[in-house]
Amino acid sequence: MGTLALLLITGLGLGALYFLIAAGLSLIWGLMRVLNLAHGAFFTVASFAAWSATQALPQLSPTLHWWISLAVGALVGGLFAMATEVLLIRPLYVRHVGQVLVTVGLALASIALVQGIYGNDPKQLVLPDWMTGTVAVAGANVPNSRFVAIAVALTVLALLLYFLKRTRYGLIVRAGVENRSMVQALGIDVQRAFTLVFAIGGVAAGLAGVLAGAYYGSIDPVRGSSMLIFAFIVVVIGGLGSVTGSAIAAVLVGMLQQFLNYYGAPGVGDFAVVLLLAAVLLIRPGGLAGKTA
Amino acid sequence: MSERSMLLELRDVDVHIGESHILHGLSFGVREGGITGLLGRNGVGKTTTLRGILGLVPRTGSVLLADVELTRLSVHDVVLRGVGYVPEDREVFAGLTVEENLRLAERAGSTLRYDLVYELFPELKTRGAQRAGTLSGGQQQMVSLARALLNTDNRILLIDEPTKGLSPLVVRNVIDALKRAAEVATILLVEQNLSVAHQLVHDVVVLDQGRVAYAGDVHALMDDPALARTHLGLAAAGGH
Repeated sequence: MGTLALLLITGLGLGALYFLIAAGLSLIWGLMRVLNLAHGAFFTVASFAAWSATQALPQLSPTLHWWISLAVGALVGGLFAMATEVLLIRPLYVRHVGQVLVTVGLALASIALVQGIYGNDPKQLVLPDWMTGTVAVAGANVPNSRFVAIAVALTVLALLLYFLKRTRYGLIVRAGVENRSMVQALGIDVQRAFTLVFAIGGVAAGLAGVLAGAYYGSIDPVRGSSMLIFAFIVVVIGGLGSVTGSAIAAVLVGMLQQFLNYYGAPGVGDFAVVLLLAAVLLIRPGGLAGKTA
Repeated sequence: MSERSMLLELRDVDVHIGESHILHGLSFGVREGGITGLLGRNGVGKTTTLRGILGLVPRTGSVLLADVELTRLSVHDVVLRGVGYVPEDREVFAGLTVEENLRLAERAGSTLRYDLVYELFPELKTRGAQRAGTLSGGQQQMVSLARALLNTDNRILLIDEPTKGLSPLVVRNVIDALKRAAEVATILLVEQNLSVAHQLVHDVVVLDQGRVAYAGDVHALMDDPALARTHLGLAAAGGH
């Protein structure tokens, strides 16, 4: 029972990290038809910026360090994403091959830059005691970092749904995911929505970068790239452009990985996720949601 | 012919889509007020002309709205100059409600004509919370027309085949709505149904292979069997 509870909550925590990366990817693809292969770089750069910020302020308490890490991660992720959209993606909106090349290039260059500055060794974020502690659930000691990741992901999901359903820009994004040229034909500057969506995606990825530092116990330069692969799978399973679909798919993928990697041979969970992707593509090509938001 | 001034002018407009040369140095004008018809057989470039005016397809040449050059503006800036658009296939946002479709068309700083919209299409008020994708073709056309009519600063409405695929009763409603719309804005109307066009338009521009084949009074065209046969393929002018 204890193992089951631990796997369940850890799987949800992993799903929360996937969701934070996938939500932005999904909106970016849905609205802009941009395959952003640099999304993992937002995750990585944000996590190292958060680590640097806390290193620069050693006199503060671990709890303050944690909040500063989250704030810096979100801010740097958002700003990096905005700069990427404005400087690199915008000139290439109708050139899809160019977009792929430039985002791959940015991802590789960002990782190399982080490795050049910080080295290849993992770095530990400063965490307060309540983050490194555990809570007993059904006989299992579950790390608090899992609950924090789930809480942050749920908060981001709620905020995103509020944004999409209740604000004018959310309305523009939902309409743009369906038919971008018609949004423009109604006199709306869809370019601003593009930048906003990139920024939102960057903020969420930045948060994921910091939370992953707590979840895995450290940050390193290549984790963003490896998590990006599963985030892409989540996006496709959830339905391109659907935030709710991404949330459901992230939970499915996270749980599947945790349970099968534990009960099966190592790597079976990862393989099962790819099989799930293939099954969804065959049975329901539009993804689980099959519609936007 | 009245002395109304030109509101919209196209001068030497060319459009290429891929390898195809769709519009060949197209030049014509739309006078302010009333409805000008853009007619011609399938595939002669009528829809492309409307999309070219908006900038939804790349074009060269000059497009002037009240003497303001539009070709250097982005699509949304063209629209903000006072151009409303009703596309051929309605293009309502299927996942949004009727009310959200209309709200999306609202422009800051523009007075909104919800009273006129709901007077013309009372169904839209009762179906405000319904997803537009679940509406019938006629109801979707109402949403599409309502979006273009909503803003008072729309000086010209580009309307593409509004009666396409609709039942005769709905066509009648659309005709009535277009007559009312013409009281508040100039309309450039693409219409394949010549009977509808004859009822609505005063000036007409006929395209053939991306060029203007005829421009002038609709009655002069329709009532002249030779002209009608040449430009519209009508067996008898009176048969429209």
